[in-house]
Amino acid sequence: MSNLTLIQAVNDALHTTMQADPSVHVLGEDVGKKGGVFLATENLTNEFGEERCFNTPLSEDGIVGTAIGMAMNGLKPVAEIQFQDFIFPAFDQIVSEAAKLRYRSGGQYTAPLVIRTPYGGGIRGGLYHSQSGEAYFCHTPGLKVVIPSTPHDAKGLLISAIEDPDPVLFLEPKALYRAVKGEVPEGHYTVDLSTVREVRAGKDVTVFCYGAMVPVAEKAAEAAAAQGIDTRVIDLRTLLPLDEEAVLDAARSTGRVVVVHEAPRFCGFGAEISALIAEHAIEYMEAPVARVTGFDTPFPNTLEHHYLPDQRRVLDAIERVAHY
Amino acid sequence: MKATEPLQVIDSKGGANGYDPGLSEEELLHCYRTMLKVRVFDETCLKLQRSGRIGFSIPNEGIEATQVGAATAMRKTDWLFASYRDFGMALYHGIQPVDMMHNMFGNAADNSRGRQMPVHFTFLEPIRFVSISSPIGTHLPHAVGAAFAAKRRGEDTVAFVSFGDGGTSSLGFHSAMNFAGVWKAPVVFLCQNNGWAISCPSEDQTASESYAIKGKAYGVPGVIVDGNDLLAVRKAVLEAAERARAGGGPTLIECKTFRMGGHSTSDDPTKYIPKEVFDAWRKKDPILRFEKYLKACGLWKKADRARIEGELREEISEAARTAEAVGPPPLETIFSDVYAELPKHLRAQGQAAFDLARRKGDAMAGDGEFPL
Repeated sequence: MSNLTLIQAVNDALHTTMQADPSVHVLGEDVGKKGGVFLATENLTNEFGEERCFNTPLSEDGIVGTAIGMAMNGLKPVAEIQFQDFIFPAFDQIVSEAAKLRYRSGGQYTAPLVIRTPYGGGIRGGLYHSQSGEAYFCHTPGLKVVIPSTPHDAKGLLISAIEDPDPVLFLEPKALYRAVKGEVPEGHYTVDLSTVREVRAGKDVTVFCYGAMVPVAEKAAEAAAAQGIDTRVIDLRTLLPLDEEAVLDAARSTGRVVVVHEAPRFCGFGAEISALIAEHAIEYMEAPVARVTGFDTPFPNTLEHHYLPDQRRVLDAIERVAHY
Repeated sequence: MKATEPLQVIDSKGGANGYDPGLSEEELLHCYRTMLKVRVFDETCLKLQRSGRIGFSIPNEGIEATQVGAATAMRKTDWLFASYRDFGMALYHGIQPVDMMHNMFGNAADNSRGRQMPVHFTFLEPIRFVSISSPIGTHLPHAVGAAFAAKRRGEDTVAFVSFGDGGTSSLGFHSAMNFAGVWKAPVVFLCQNNGWAISCPSEDQTASESYAIKGKAYGVPGVIVDGNDLLAVRKAVLEAAERARAGGGPTLIECKTFRMGGHSTSDDPTKYIPKEVFDAWRKKDPILRFEKYLKACGLWKKADRARIEGELREEISEAARTAEAVGPPPLETIFSDVYAELPKHLRAQGQAAFDLARRKGDAMAGDGEFPL
């Protein structure tokens, strides 16, 4: 065990898989000697050589497009998109190509690549270094969408993603890169995709969250507990495919639900959770589902602390559903 | 020779200007037969579409020499990222007309399980003819990535990628050319310049003096070839492939040719291409051009067009009948192959779709018990 930050755990996962499997290759802008703008790929070039971890031209379409070709032909590419905000030139490659290749070829061709990218606010990045675009990708059959919130999960989930036979979009909460630290096992281990993590047990209210919203929800749950509202916190950690049964079980267990995400509300992931509960667990519900989300606006710079859900807003929602 | 003047081998009398294509008699006749096969396949598909038996097809007439000439430079171990107008590349390498017809009918025997429109072929054998997608230019970076992987493993495999003149305007073209240049990836970019992107002529596509010259900015050599001259196409593509195999990096080859029909069976080209243009290109028919060469080589008797066409009509009609008799894919194929393993939510959706079909009595033969 070592005590690592989330970004160190990402680096550890890359290191572990590159050591175990010579087909794993890391590519992206500045991922070489610099080790990436957040240092997720630090030392990989030094250790594994420029053939295994290398810079690419500044082209997200090219990074993902060539990584798909590498994956088709036996490599295990782990492509970094420097900020999730810049992924959109590659949207066509992800949605039209990577996610559909197995289906349209009847399994003759597949694209088992991983696209890692930091997402979310909290670093004063403004419109183009702060967005949470998970909903765009969760609407894409054939893709897996994973978001860790702890160093332990970051490493285990990333190793699972790299070993997965399908394309995985691995969204890393950049606000937590150095803000959380935790025990991380040495060497190889995996955390299963499509499973949720119970962060905190509770019987009155369930808060569903993921990524950088997990510690926010946790603090809000502690504050709620101080007022006698026993709050369960579930980290969804794989959004697609979602463990729907686990979500429904948790919703049924408390009958009161809050969903938290940074992304805008309209057609956000919270809408899917709300609809799932409305369709399959409505008879258990004691209160309407409450969503605490970013606003339906672009992401602001100076006032980002008002835009991002914080402990205050989440606690307010917990209180509302608890006292409904 | 001016940079914009295309490379030609076969002259007006059928001579090859001293060029030895390095193809055996049998291979030359196979080239000829394949071009005729493309044409017969086209004719058959047009009839099938016009009579409502298939929904759609893509005509290849006029492009046969580009397709087949390029195909002669490919090895079975290479990768082929084809466009939708590349029937000749598939047929040259021994992909069976009946397997292509399964796709045209979208039936249960189709490799893509009826999930794609007609003409979106996918084959692993006898050559890796990679699953075609409809968006333009997205497959170019894939070829670069596949070539990169082959090079990393020390193989002498080449990735061939075919696209039209319109494809040079796409993001994928720019990304792929740029990455291939930087990585010296063993890729042959085959631009099938038939002059028209659906109804948009080249002057609506680019202000560049040619498509091949675009390679220069990426450090990728560009070559212009007479695309109706099978041997010129072979010569250029073979040279490019050999250079790629030897570690010399990518080449962009622009094959100047003409689509003697619509973009697809849904398109009427007489609306936007003047009749004189068709008439002029008809005289440059790539099959007639190759016939002259066969005659000059003394192979004409063995070629015997009428006999071959008769055989091919029979073979391809039979392929169509066989494919038409195969039923549609079972309901489960909507849900399979989305992921390597069926996730729970798809199992539930599949079960619900199957239950509904059974309850309402519209389950089709082959639906069976939802097995996934």
